Amino acid sequence: MFAVTRNARDGRKRARLFSRTGASVLRIIFSLLITFLGLLLVTFLIGRILPIDPVLAAVGDHASEAVYQRVKEEMGLNLPLWKQFFLYISNIFQGDFGRSVLTSNPVLDDIKRVFPATLELATLATIIGVSLGIPAGVFAAINKGKWPDHIVRILGLAGHSMPIFWLGLMGLLVFYMKLGWVAGPGRLDSFYLDFIEPTTGLMLVDTLIEGDMDLFWNAVSHIILPASILAYFSLAYIARMTRSFMLEQLSQEYILTARVKGISEHRIIWRHALGNVMVPLITVIALSYASLLEGSVLTEIIFAWPGLGLYITNSLLNADMNAVLGGTVVVGAVFIGVNMLSDVLYRVLDPRARR
Amino acid sequence: MRKLIAGLVMGTALVTTSMAAMAETPKNALVMAFAIDDIITLDPAQIFEFSGAEYAGNTYDRLIGFDNDDVSKMYGVIATSWDVSEDGKTFTFKIRDGIKFASGNDLTAEDAAFSLQRVILLDQSPAFILGQFGFTPENVKDKIRATDSSTLVMEVDKPYAPSFVLYCLTAGVGAVIDKEEVLAHEKDGDLGHEWLTTNYAGSGPFALNKWTAGESLSLTANEDYWDGAPAMKRVIIRNVKEAASQQLLLQKGDIDIARNLEADQIASIESNPDVKFLSKGKGALWYLGLSQKNDYLSKPEVREALKYLVDYDGIAKTILAGRAQIHQAFLPEGFLGAYNENPYSLDVEKAKSILADAGLGDGFSVTMDTRNTTAIMAMAQSIQATWAQAGINLEIIPGDGKQTLTKYRARQHDIYIGRWGPDYQDPHTNASTFAWNPDNADDATAKPLAWRNAWNPGAMTAETDAATLERDDKKRAAMYLDLQKKVLESGPFVIMFQETEIASMRKNVNNFVLGPSFDNNYYRFITKD
Repeated sequence: MFAVTRNARDGRKRARLFSRTGASVLRIIFSLLITFLGLLLVTFLIGRILPIDPVLAAVGDHASEAVYQRVKEEMGLNLPLWKQFFLYISNIFQGDFGRSVLTSNPVLDDIKRVFPATLELATLATIIGVSLGIPAGVFAAINKGKWPDHIVRILGLAGHSMPIFWLGLMGLLVFYMKLGWVAGPGRLDSFYLDFIEPTTGLMLVDTLIEGDMDLFWNAVSHIILPASILAYFSLAYIARMTRSFMLEQLSQEYILTARVKGISEHRIIWRHALGNVMVPLITVIALSYASLLEGSVLTEIIFAWPGLGLYITNSLLNADMNAVLGGTVVVGAVFIGVNMLSDVLYRVLDPRARR
Repeated sequence: MRKLIAGLVMGTALVTTSMAAMAETPKNALVMAFAIDDIITLDPAQIFEFSGAEYAGNTYDRLIGFDNDDVSKMYGVIATSWDVSEDGKTFTFKIRDGIKFASGNDLTAEDAAFSLQRVILLDQSPAFILGQFGFTPENVKDKIRATDSSTLVMEVDKPYAPSFVLYCLTAGVGAVIDKEEVLAHEKDGDLGHEWLTTNYAGSGPFALNKWTAGESLSLTANEDYWDGAPAMKRVIIRNVKEAASQQLLLQKGDIDIARNLEADQIASIESNPDVKFLSKGKGALWYLGLSQKNDYLSKPEVREALKYLVDYDGIAKTILAGRAQIHQAFLPEGFLGAYNENPYSLDVEKAKSILADAGLGDGFSVTMDTRNTTAIMAMAQSIQATWAQAGINLEIIPGDGKQTLTKYRARQHDIYIGRWGPDYQDPHTNASTFAWNPDNADDATAKPLAWRNAWNPGAMTAETDAATLERDDKKRAAMYLDLQKKVLESGPFVIMFQETEIASMRKNVNNFVLGPSFDNNYYRFITKD
């Protein structure tokens, strides 16, 4: 997804530049369109270069040669590459992202199903990560070199370097198997699966809409472990960044001035220093949130979580290009959206940006 | 702040503990973890995947079936009886009275005829199973027809062995679907294909409740099933890809059956008193395909030597651990005419001397395209090690499943390590791919495994065709026995193992039935203590 990140970042830079110079909304839209078009083109080409036969996913290995050729033609794979891409783009402008070969569903339907699963997990993980990571980072910074600092740093390092696969399985083994504090893999107990009709696709919200608290708590008990494990990763990163930003701020002269003026240490740390740290921290949080929104494939596999990461990966391994391209558009949109959101937050938090 | 953190931690802990409840699944429902993300369709005319086949086997009735333990015994399902005309070309089936579809419509011979015609008309991947009897979209409506509401007539183009035709009808394409219901959902003349891809129109012991691709599949019992309603009123199959997660769910009792446990998971719960296992030999074979385009591999001596260079016992015991048995002929045990002797075993000295006679005493180098799953990689590494002892330098090229398969199908491999599952219960299914290759050119119209490995089986192609027309089962079995021996001796295949499926289940689950293929794994007899 490097291409995505880079493109999205470019888009963001451009978007900020335009809004600052007061350029028209049209120009922003135009630049977004170019970004997406580039994104699609690159993904499309990657898909065609992949040494995987897309027809195989549709007909299987045992189909007769005649069926194979017929389906290949139906999928438009006999057309020249530029024509395939052109057809695909013109369909998209009519709101048709095509059908996924693997699920037989229109790609949009699939995405409406898998993206909320990832969104829910990523959002909860980020909330947990931020609400624990920032305090931990601050705590480490003000105790620099002492044992609380070491603990935070060791935990942070561990969080960033432990394989999520292992951590996920260990988490299940301890909290699900042995202690029974949380529910196992899946978004709901198998038994409840048929009872819930997706309205928003967010299990926590849907169960509340249905007003069934048993279902809601069941969903909570399923999401809490994978969310915590993802949160641990973003927490580790956020805490580390908070710590170094804080250390930088705490050595500034205005802090010294504040101390001389006799302002309470509490106020200096949480209002003065952290207030200034929040601005760069927003970027850190936004990036970590956006990367969680891509979907964490390994977490999704272990927790049988039918999310976007697994969907895109599975599709890619089967060269199910409609699904891959649809998923890529979503990931691109997420990056652009999160970056725009952080731009708005800058303006709220940084008085200089408001001018 | 410290208080806040403590509060958050405590809060989380409290919330989660209060929710913890020991889960046990209800007595009249079955919950199963199974990697079902291979399902791409629910239309029996298109289904050609393992878990899709299992779905169809439990929700649709076929005309006839066979005894899972002795496949030579066939019995009627929707057909009560059948007979074959004197000239062997006309099959007449009597249809059972009183069967109703889930829609409430009566099942008649018209539905059966429509279902079989539809397979040919839609021409999806499994259509060749019926198509090989001379049916085409143009003639199928004349060749397969209902002469009255309880009589189905099928005319094949040659006097095939009756067992061949009947076995093909036991495959998934033989499923009988509800003509009226399906046609009510027809779109642009697709015979209801798009609708049936995600919906249901059958008469089987279970009906589809809901399929969420990549997530779950749930079935409801057919209370009016003609052969007795299943004890399980609901069956919920959850897609769990990760075997370790399946193991935890099973140990905890959140599921009744785990379907995809690997050797190490099975070993770790073997002593668990709450768990038991059910195993059944499947038709799938593990084999090496040796491309005859490779100068070394095309030497008969090399093909022979390589068969002596696989540690069959070691792989079966340690890597596949219970999930396979050694089997070297192209027909799996249980098939008509299967050759169950395994003449080859690891013998490095013998292989060395064979290679030396061929002037390859110093060995050579080849590559093997290998799918990057744990079991297959481990097999490949074992083979690499034993070949090295005979001086053969094997380079393993790892790749994802579809990637290695793409290369194999394009004849760009040296060696491919693969798994081949039969398409139906008749020996022709494997004979027609391992021993049959009418055209070895790159642009051939038929591309059996023999073609993929660029091997011309010579007279065996004609012998394979002849075996489909032998109406005496004993003689027919002898023909296949002969073909297997010849392929074993000179073919470009190192067939190693026949797969065994192991279902791991809770102690209180009884009577789950595993058959030789996935479309005869049945849930309808399951009871729970």
